[in-house]
Amino acid sequence: MNTPAAPIASSSAAPAPKSDRSLIHWLLVAVAVLFSAVFLVLPLLNVFAQALAAGFGPYCHALADPDTISAIRLTLIIAAICVPLNAVFGVAASWAIAKFDFRGKPFLLSLMDLPFSISPVVAGLLFVLLFGVNGLLGRWLEVHHVKVLFALPGMVLATIFVTFPYVARELIPIMRAQGREQEEAALTLGASGWQTFWHVTLPSVKWGLFYGIVLCNARAMGEFGAVSVVSGHIAGQTDTLPLRVEKLYNEFDPVAPFAVATLLALLAVATMLLKALLEWKTRHET
Amino acid sequence: MTRSRAAAVKSFAPANPLPGFNITLGFTIVYLTLIVLIPIGALAIKTLGLSWKELWALATNDRALASYRLSLGASLAAALINALFGSLLAWVLVRHPFPGRRLLDGLIDFPFALPTAVAGLTLASLFSAHGWLGQYLTPLGIQGAFSRLGVVIALTFVGLPFSVRTIQPEIETLDPDIQEAAMCLGAGPWRRFVSVTAPALLPTVLTGFGLSFARALGEYGSIVFISGNLPFKTEIAPTLVVMRLDQFDYTGAISVALVLMIFSFALLLTLNTLQGWAAKFQEP
Repeated sequence: MNTPAAPIASSSAAPAPKSDRSLIHWLLVAVAVLFSAVFLVLPLLNVFAQALAAGFGPYCHALADPDTISAIRLTLIIAAICVPLNAVFGVAASWAIAKFDFRGKPFLLSLMDLPFSISPVVAGLLFVLLFGVNGLLGRWLEVHHVKVLFALPGMVLATIFVTFPYVARELIPIMRAQGREQEEAALTLGASGWQTFWHVTLPSVKWGLFYGIVLCNARAMGEFGAVSVVSGHIAGQTDTLPLRVEKLYNEFDPVAPFAVATLLALLAVATMLLKALLEWKTRHET
Repeated sequence: MTRSRAAAVKSFAPANPLPGFNITLGFTIVYLTLIVLIPIGALAIKTLGLSWKELWALATNDRALASYRLSLGASLAAALINALFGSLLAWVLVRHPFPGRRLLDGLIDFPFALPTAVAGLTLASLFSAHGWLGQYLTPLGIQGAFSRLGVVIALTFVGLPFSVRTIQPEIETLDPDIQEAAMCLGAGPWRRFVSVTAPALLPTVLTGFGLSFARALGEYGSIVFISGNLPFKTEIAPTLVVMRLDQFDYTGAISVALVLMIFSFALLLTLNTLQGWAAKFQEP
């Protein structure tokens, strides 16, 4: 043995002669860190640096603009409608899909993958073709004075289209992995269907459900393409936060788009922190 | 084991005692019909009412063709970069502990959590002539904003988590015994990587490649900010859909949207086949 063979126990790392291994090790780590610094860290820091480039005064001034305030309100309203609806849908769909066998399940599952493969712009176009002036329901809506497109209902529908699978996709694998034995035991012991769901199923999937809701919320608040197509871009009325960022950017304002973007960047940071927390929780509970 | 379990579940199916099947499935179907099927039906009905000749002409005019070329080319480039660096990042995160690894692992999800509009805004500013990176790159002739390269940069950013998060679990489950067997048989590190590790990871890397490619093809939000949206030059297909819609050219918008949908469905089909292949690869 002229080169000391790496002990079997350290099998998690590639066993190789020591100097060689540490050189490759540090080279790989350096490339990974450099790539992430350029592509992940700098973009995040840049949002805040640009927003505060002129100091706190202009930053606060940009956020206090009435159109920005109304964009914040609209974004919150849309999320407040879409996220609960999608959460209820996610729980119902994953219950049916994970706990039962039925024909057409693959079709249902591929329908739920659709928002991931259709461009958000095309999703928006679908609603324009349905509710627009020349759309299928356009004439009827006009006669009855119902405004869907370029108004809140259309934006809510487009957002739901883009975000509906997130909760279900988190829950289905968890529910499937847990099987039906626990629920069956509860039912055998005399629990009602609701009791079984509340006291047996829900507690065991709660973190997955919570993470699905967090993800769904992040996407709902940040959606751009689909909402942009159906919003009509009426300042103070149908601009969400991401649309407001675009409008300010097109006005060549150096600070304001970044100031508004910091709110969305904070949402992203909060989402990542919640994910880390949930991973820690699930690791410590099992 | 999984197979016998699945068989057991199936034979048990008629006597499934859990309640709520009809109501949950009914709700799911109604919801999906309202949100997905009716809008898609609207597209189908609208399309059938149009002249095929006009649709074809608008789907294949020079501006549209240029936009497909950029969309496909830039998405391909971004997916390739993500396959390479995504594999490297996943490998380092699993196999090469270093201080700050947990932080880096958390950061991988950042492009997924960040609204795409903000991604486009900050990347455009980073790579613009006065930006943190652009001030060094622009004198070298590398224009990372308002250019085709900018489109590739933004698409790489949004696709990165899809690649890393697909490959990472696969590296975690790689069997170290096989590596050791290869080492005992005298294979050096390079040989072990080329003939043992890389073939085992290939299907998963391809799946990650496909996922980030699919994500890139539909992307719109970040591109609006970074590309400059010049027809024939930096205009991607989703942007062309919006441009035509803004001019009330519904037929034109539908034609490009249909082409985009055909691209994504073809990709989805390929991906499903790939995943089937990858699954077969893992189970002896």
